[in-house]
Amino acid sequence: MSEETAILEVRGVSLQFGGVRALSDVTFSVTKGELFAIIGPNGAGKTSMMNCISGRYTPTEGRVHFKGRDVTGLKPNKRADLGIGRTFQNLALFGHMSVLDNIMVGRHHLLKNNFMSGALYWIGGAQKEELNHRRTVEDIIDFLEISHIRKAMAGTLSYGLRKRVELARAVALKPDLILLDEPMAGMNLEEKEDMARFIIDLNEEWGMSVIMIEHDMGVVMDISHRVAVLDFGQKIAEGLPDEIMSNPRVKTAYLGEDDDVAAGAGQEVA
Amino acid sequence: MATQSLRPCGDFRTTYRQDTAIFDTFNSRWAMILFLALLYVMVLVPILAPGVEETPVLSTLFGPFYNAQYLSLAIQACYWGIAALGLNILVGFTGQISLGHAAFFGIGAFGSAYLNNTYGIPVILSIPLAGLIAAAVGLLFGSPAARIKGLYLAIATLAAQFIIEDLFIRVDWFTGGSYGSLANTVELPGYDFSAGEWVTLFAFDTDPKFFLFALTVTIVMYVMAANLMRSRDGRAFIAVRDHYLSAEVMGINLTKYRILSFGISSFYAGIGGALYGHYLGFVSAEGFTILLSIQFLGIIIIGGLGSVMGAILGTIFMVLLPEVMAGGVDIIASTDWGNTPMITNGLAFFKEMAIGAAIILFLIFEPDGLAHRWRLIKAYWKLYPFSY
Ligand SMILES: Nc1ncnc2c1ncn2[C@@H]1O[C@H](COP(=O)(O)OP(=O)(O)OP(=O)(O)O)[C@@H](O)[C@H]1O
Ligand SMILES: [Mg+2]
Repeated sequence: MSEETAILEVRGVSLQFGGVRALSDVTFSVTKGELFAIIGPNGAGKTSMMNCISGRYTPTEGRVHFKGRDVTGLKPNKRADLGIGRTFQNLALFGHMSVLDNIMVGRHHLLKNNFMSGALYWIGGAQKEELNHRRTVEDIIDFLEISHIRKAMAGTLSYGLRKRVELARAVALKPDLILLDEPMAGMNLEEKEDMARFIIDLNEEWGMSVIMIEHDMGVVMDISHRVAVLDFGQKIAEGLPDEIMSNPRVKTAYLGEDDDVAAGAGQEVA
Repeated sequence: MATQSLRPCGDFRTTYRQDTAIFDTFNSRWAMILFLALLYVMVLVPILAPGVEETPVLSTLFGPFYNAQYLSLAIQACYWGIAALGLNILVGFTGQISLGHAAFFGIGAFGSAYLNNTYGIPVILSIPLAGLIAAAVGLLFGSPAARIKGLYLAIATLAAQFIIEDLFIRVDWFTGGSYGSLANTVELPGYDFSAGEWVTLFAFDTDPKFFLFALTVTIVMYVMAANLMRSRDGRAFIAVRDHYLSAEVMGINLTKYRILSFGISSFYAGIGGALYGHYLGFVSAEGFTILLSIQFLGIIIIGGLGSVMGAILGTIFMVLLPEVMAGGVDIIASTDWGNTPMITNGLAFFKEMAIGAAIILFLIFEPDGLAHRWRLIKAYWKLYPFSY
C-alpha cells in the first residue's frame, strides 16, 4: 500500500496495562475511502486499538500515523480537529442535553464563536454561525432518520436510538476517518439493517473512511472491504472478507479447534 | 430529569432562529418582558414623579418598591442572583464543585472599591473591571481543576476560600485591612463640552435608583448566560459535565473548559460582589466567609443545578426565606409559648436552621430544584384543563 493513499497507519503498536498486554505489536493500515473491520473474540483488544487511534490511550510502543502525520502523542481533542471521529461501545452521549445539542457538540471544532461572542450572541455573528451549523446538523438528522426525537433528552432514549444519535454526533464532526465500536450491538435485525445502510452511505456518499468493530459476522462479511482479526492482543489475520472466512487461524480463535467458522456467519459471535 | 418542553398547539416554528430562542414560547418571552417592564415602571415612576407612591390608589402599584425593606430585598436578590448564576455555570453546568465562591464575591467588592478609590475610575467601569480581577483570581485558583476533580477539587476550592479570606485582612493596600474600605455610589459620568470637564449625569444614590441599576446589570448578566448556554462554549461546559471522555473525543479541550468555567463563574461572583459593595457603601472582610459560599451552593441546589432560570428562582427563595421565618418567629413569640425559655432561645437559631432544612428538603423531594417545578407549572397551564 502506498504512503499517499493510506489515511491511517498503525505501526507496531503495543499496549500494556500493568501485567495485562492488551495489544502486542499490531500493524495495519487503512486506505482512504476504505471500510475496514476489526473483529476478534471478547477481550481481544479491539476497543483498546480504537482507543489508541482516537487518543484515549497512548501506546506503550509503536506509532500511529494519520494522514501522513504522527499523532501518537496527540490528545483526543486534537485528533478530532484533524478529522478522527468515533462512537463508543458503551453509550457515551451527553444525557442531559437534547439530541440536537448532542449533535451540535460534534460541530465544536468547526465553530468559531467562543464564550464572549457566544454570550453576546446577536452582536458579533455567533447567532448566524450557530444557525448555519444548525442547517448541517439538520441534514445529518434527516439522513439518520432521527428527526422525530431531535428535542428529546438523550438520556431518555432507547438503546438503538442512542446508538444512532451517537453516530450522528460523530458524523457532525465531519471526520475523514470514523471509528465505530460495535455500532450494532444489542440491535434487532431491522435496526441492524438500517445501521448497515447508514454506514455504507457514510462510506460511499459522504466519503468517510470507516473502521468498524463488529461481532456480527454476517454484517462484517457483507459490508466491509477488508478485515483484520485480533486475538489476545495480536493481529492473527488481515485480508478480504472471503480470505478471513476461510482462514484456519481465525476459525480456531473463534470456535476452538477444527470447527467450521462459516457456521457462525450471519449470527452473533460474541 | 428535564422534561421535554411542551408547546401549545399551533406553535410551529418555521425558522431555526425561532427554535433556538431563549424562551421556548412566544408567550413566556412576552410574559417575562412584561414582568420586567412592570418592575421598571413601579420603581421609575415615583422617581420621576415623587409622591405618587403615597397617593391612595397608586400606592398599591408603586408602594411596594418604596417600602425600604422590600427594596433592599430586591437589591439583594440582584447581587446574589448574579453570583449564584456564576456558581451555577461552574457547578450546575460544568459539574465542578466550589466551596470558595464567596471569596470571589469579596474580591469583586474590594476590587471595585479599590479601583474607584485609588485610581478614580468611575464606579460604572470599576464594576466590570472588578469582575475581570475576580475572573483572573478565579482562573488561578481554578487551575487545579486541570488535574483533579470531585472531592479533591472541593478541598482545593476550600483552601482558596480560606487563603483569600485571610488575604482580605492582610493585604491592607487593597482592602483596607480590618477597617475595610469605603465604596462610592454608582454614577453615570458624562462630559460637559461647554465646561470642558467630566460631570455626573445621574447618580444612583437612593435605593430605588440603585435597584434600577442593579436590575439592569442582572438582566444583562442573565441574558449573556442564557446566550452562552445556547452557543459553542456553553454546550462544551455541559458536555464536560455529562461525559468528559466523549467530550474530549468531540474535540473539546477538557483542561481549557474546566478552568475557563472557574474564570467565568468568578467573573459573575465579582460583578455581584461589586454591586453589593457599592450598595452598602462599605466593604469589610467579615462578609465573605464560607457560610456565604455554602449559601450560594444552597441557592443553586434549591433553584436547580444547571438552569439559568433556577439561579434566580433559588436566589429569590433564599432571600425571602429568612423574612418568612422571621415572620413566623414573631408570631410564635407573641403567643403564650413565646415566654418559654427553651423556645425563646431556640428561635434565634430558627432562621439558620431553616436554610439547612430547606436545602435538605429540596435535595430529597425536589432534586431538580425550583426550575423543574417552574417547568411543570408552565406545562400545567398549557395543558389546562387536560392536565395529566
Ligand atoms: N483501562 C484498562 N485497564 C486495564 N486493563 C484494560 C483496560 N482496558 C482494557 N483492558 C484489558 O485489555 C484487554 C482488551 O480489552 P478490550 O476492551 O480492548 O477488548 P475488546 O476486544 O474490545 O473486547 P469486547 O469484545 O469485549 O469489547 C482486556 O483484557 C481488558 O481487560
Ligand atoms: Mg470492545
